[in-house]
Amino acid sequence: MNILQFLGTIEIGLIYALVAIGVYITFRIIDFPDLTVDGSFTSGAAVATVMIASGYNPWIATIIAIITGSFAGMVTGYLNVKWDILGLLAGILTMTALYSINLRIMQRPNIAIMNEPTIFLSENIISISFIIVIITTILLTQFFSSEYGLAVRGIGINPKVSKSYGIKVGKMKIIALMLSNAIVALAGALFAQSQGFADISMGNGTIIIGLASVIIGETIFLNPKKILPALISCITGSILYRIAIAFALNAHGIGLEVYDLNLITAIIVAITMILPKLKKNWSAK
Amino acid sequence: MIELKNINVIFNKGTQLENKVLKNINLNVTESEFVTIIGGNGAGKSTLMNVLSGDINPDKGQILIDQKNITQLSIEERSGMVARVFQDPMMGTFSGLSIEENMSIAYKRGHTRRLKHSLNDQLRDKFCEALSELDMGLENRLKDEVSSLSGGQRQALSLIMTTLQDSKILLLDEQPAALDPKIAKVIMNITEKIIRKHHLTALMITHSMTQVLEYGDRTIMMYHGEIVRDIHGKKRNTLSPEDLIKYFDL
Repeated sequence: MNILQFLGTIEIGLIYALVAIGVYITFRIIDFPDLTVDGSFTSGAAVATVMIASGYNPWIATIIAIITGSFAGMVTGYLNVKWDILGLLAGILTMTALYSINLRIMQRPNIAIMNEPTIFLSENIISISFIIVIITTILLTQFFSSEYGLAVRGIGINPKVSKSYGIKVGKMKIIALMLSNAIVALAGALFAQSQGFADISMGNGTIIIGLASVIIGETIFLNPKKILPALISCITGSILYRIAIAFALNAHGIGLEVYDLNLITAIIVAITMILPKLKKNWSAK
Repeated sequence: MIELKNINVIFNKGTQLENKVLKNINLNVTESEFVTIIGGNGAGKSTLMNVLSGDINPDKGQILIDQKNITQLSIEERSGMVARVFQDPMMGTFSGLSIEENMSIAYKRGHTRRLKHSLNDQLRDKFCEALSELDMGLENRLKDEVSSLSGGQRQALSLIMTTLQDSKILLLDEQPAALDPKIAKVIMNITEKIIRKHHLTALMITHSMTQVLEYGDRTIMMYHGEIVRDIHGKKRNTLSPEDLIKYFDL
């Protein structure tokens, strides 16, 4: 792996750190397996590229992309909270609907914005991504330490007691889903701008990549419970995941190709989930 | 004052399994009264608690707190008036959060939660003071995660958490059932002390014949969804657990 490849890996790792953070909010904080992200990642990319291609300021395009993502999360939350549709299914429904909606937004399967101005001025993708990730982390740490944010964390741990302390569990769930998908859509918008295009299938596997990053981070940081260490573990997990993937794809001896990415990811997730159980079994013997 | 008027709860209504869990329950609990409830399995004790907390909506009847009808309010909506300590020590707290975070959530019961920081030194002082009532040294462990506490400590913490805000009634579900007898006794004594100190109106379910008379100032006995005995005052003071057992032979 040369230095250019390495920088590219860090760059994608940083952008996908936002995906990891989004997935962490749903899977870990509110204990909701949300699959909406596969759709909302593309939505973020689609909205941002279409607006940039039509001459809008890239920052405004990015903000609209974030808002679009939060709407997607709201739909999933509404289906689950109001109509009692299984969380997993609610996410799949929204994700499926988003495929068509994203195509509507884009009008075609892919859009290039190679020559338009993006939020990344020239060659500083890493530094701008880094700043955005840091700001997101600070804002989220503040939010989850607030009275409101603490209540959101509460519903994931103990919904029954949350209610008896007056926390509206359904409302908090929807807020968390909106927040998560807004952040994932931001990642989509950044990814499209860094790559110079949006593609209808670019969100495929987002959930599993996010989950892999979360799990890798947790394995290394020993399941942090406090919010700031947990977010840092997501970011680290995402970068390490990308480095691992880059190495796997670069080792020509194994014969892996780029299209093996999802297979490798699934295997990494499976292994990291199986390992702690194997360890337990061995120590029990 | 808490008033239950003609409360009826029917499970599986209209099916073959129809079960009248509460039948025409009428009960008035005056302010600062500590009522203990006893009864066999299926007597309706837990259902009575769940009706008061809002977990179960009665099929008929009204619940009034200080003349205000709360029958239709959800658990969240009445949480400002009704506080509850759950039976299982693992259930009453937020295990992944620290003691101070748990208390901060509890402190906002009945109040709007805002985006301002959930903790400050003033609050921590308040929490320390409340925890020192327990005499368990928890006031020095504010930042510790609740999952690191023992069952008894958690139970004590969930009790303190309910007292951080005013409530019209405190519900105690067979409280120390999941603890070992020695710790259960400690927790019960703390419970009584705190209920008296804060002049709380409380309702407690228990399975223990001694506890039911030892604590509180009034005892209600339930059987098949009805209140069959209401013992208080002098009569209660002279009653022994053996006498109480006789009441069970209905």
